[in-house]
Amino acid sequence: MRAAIASAEAQPLRIGLTLTRTVVVLGAAGVLLALLLVVAVAVGSAEVGIGDTAAILGRRLLALPIPETWAPTAEKIIFDIRLPRVLTAMLVGGGLAMAGTVFQVLLRNPLADPYVIGTAAGASFGAALGIVAPLVLPVLAIGAGTSWLGLGVVQLFAFAGGLGTVLLVYAVARSAGRVQVITLLLTGYAISSVLAAMVAMLMFISGNALRAIFGWLMGSLANAGWMALAFAAPLMIVAFILLLARWRRLNLLMLGDAQAASLGVDVEREKLVLTVLATLATSAAVAISGTIGFIGLVVPHLLRLVIGPDHRLLLPASLLVGAALLVVADLGARLLPGGGIPVGVVTALIGAPFFLWLLRRSQLLRVELSA
Amino acid sequence: MSAAVAARPLAMLSDVHFSYPRPRGEPRPVLRGVDLALPAGDLVALLGANGSGKTTLLRLLSGALVPDAGEVRFDGRPLGEWRRDALARRVAVLPQQLDLPDGFRAAELVAMGRAPHARRLFASTVEDERAVERALVDADALDLAARYPHELSGGERQRVLVAMALAQEPDLLLLDEPTLHLDLAHQVALLSSIRRLQAQRRLTVVAVLHDLNLAAAFAPRVVVLHDGLVAADGNVADTLTPVLIERVFGVRMELARTADGGAHLVISSDR
Repeated sequence: MRAAIASAEAQPLRIGLTLTRTVVVLGAAGVLLALLLVVAVAVGSAEVGIGDTAAILGRRLLALPIPETWAPTAEKIIFDIRLPRVLTAMLVGGGLAMAGTVFQVLLRNPLADPYVIGTAAGASFGAALGIVAPLVLPVLAIGAGTSWLGLGVVQLFAFAGGLGTVLLVYAVARSAGRVQVITLLLTGYAISSVLAAMVAMLMFISGNALRAIFGWLMGSLANAGWMALAFAAPLMIVAFILLLARWRRLNLLMLGDAQAASLGVDVEREKLVLTVLATLATSAAVAISGTIGFIGLVVPHLLRLVIGPDHRLLLPASLLVGAALLVVADLGARLLPGGGIPVGVVTALIGAPFFLWLLRRSQLLRVELSA
Repeated sequence: MSAAVAARPLAMLSDVHFSYPRPRGEPRPVLRGVDLALPAGDLVALLGANGSGKTTLLRLLSGALVPDAGEVRFDGRPLGEWRRDALARRVAVLPQQLDLPDGFRAAELVAMGRAPHARRLFASTVEDERAVERALVDADALDLAARYPHELSGGERQRVLVAMALAQEPDLLLLDEPTLHLDLAHQVALLSSIRRLQAQRRLTVVAVLHDLNLAAAFAPRVVVLHDGLVAADGNVADTLTPVLIERVFGVRMELARTADGGAHLVISSDR
């Protein structure tokens, strides 16, 4: 025993994350994301060279003193159309991955994604209502062209629908001051089913607006713009900062409610705070892009396998990798023949097989380890 | 021990009643008026048959459960008045069952025991690292520090869990079957280690144990639960009598003298 102490003193015990590891992981993801930003903005139907793109971005985003050698239309395409779209992809992908990371801890369920307790169904219902209501009640059409906080009626309804549904699910699932995971999941499922039926009903009576609803349900970044970004970005940033500040409690919750409590976590309060923060991020994402699937499910799983479950690193990494993945998916959506298929279709087409591969691989891994 | 300290135990249960809620029918009372005072520095073995309420009593002491009637106090204040984080700096629990999340190394898990003491947002302090190291040494888990949960045997997991509770550096340590899964050598090593800590740091310990001889060898004070009440509370020699054991466990045992004059309980051959 004494020998053990002596050797431990000679070589201090390294616990958990080192600064180097953190810098390497986040630095690599950050550089990848910055490169993707330039590439994704450079690619499109109108030719703008990658050099010009980088120069335009450097001039407008970083205020670098670069002389203007490009056509003004190029700058307009880059800055008003492509950049907001790519930034929206980043924001939505990052937000969904971060929220998924939190929900997988909260619900202690590998199938949990940011949508599972009602966000998607609620937002879909809100959006469908926002699309159909002005058609049925022409009075509402007056408001259809206007926007609040840079959001149209549809986006605003979607945001409110997502957030409101989760709060409703939470309130219904709560009993005697406690929320049990299984009750929360089942309540979310039941209320989502009701909302899905209502969306189907709205689609049934929507007539010409059917395509609009359908497009929204698929998830698309076609409507991205600076105004929508200005609404969603602050919400996402605040949610990220507050979630990251709670990394320790997220780690502790992985030990189970009882042990987290005996390590000082006010478990019921913490679950509510985490649910609200993650739902805020999800709803903001969904409001500006529709329901894009798989990013929020796959990214946290993938990263946990690669960099481990410590949320100090996992949360920022999921933000960066989720952002990168959706930029790539959107690039695919824009480049694939068919011209602008919804990005939600691409994430599902690529995401689902990838997820299956991951699943098989991690099962094999577990078999190897237990053998 | 001064009179003032003796007058105010570190933890105290007064006339505590508790029953788990049941969906139908009358709730079954688990504890029916338990009184227990734990002076600072006490080392108590908690004994009783399965379902006698040992774990429930520990969970009431840690604040995980709230009594139906009666009161639990820690350091003079009712548990309900304690903030969770403040309590976690002073009371640590070794649960009977805990699934360790994979992907964390044992040292990282033990470091989670430092969470209630955390002072920096992202980093741990030198003090934290020393505490983790001490805890790993005290729980004889230093050689397990770099392993992942799936690489640990049942007994090794138990040692890591004990280290996690020790890293919390509590005043009151609640151990629910700390010797579970441990081999004989590690049972003895762990209990001696805890006994040493109790002596060095005036740590107060309540440990649920099943092996009566181990309890007798390890704890100066035993508390026996039976039928929702404290059936016996005192030093080993006066408390663990064959009469009591037959009443509580329904097993006839005899005292066998050892060569050095000590007493050991053995199961009667004529049962």
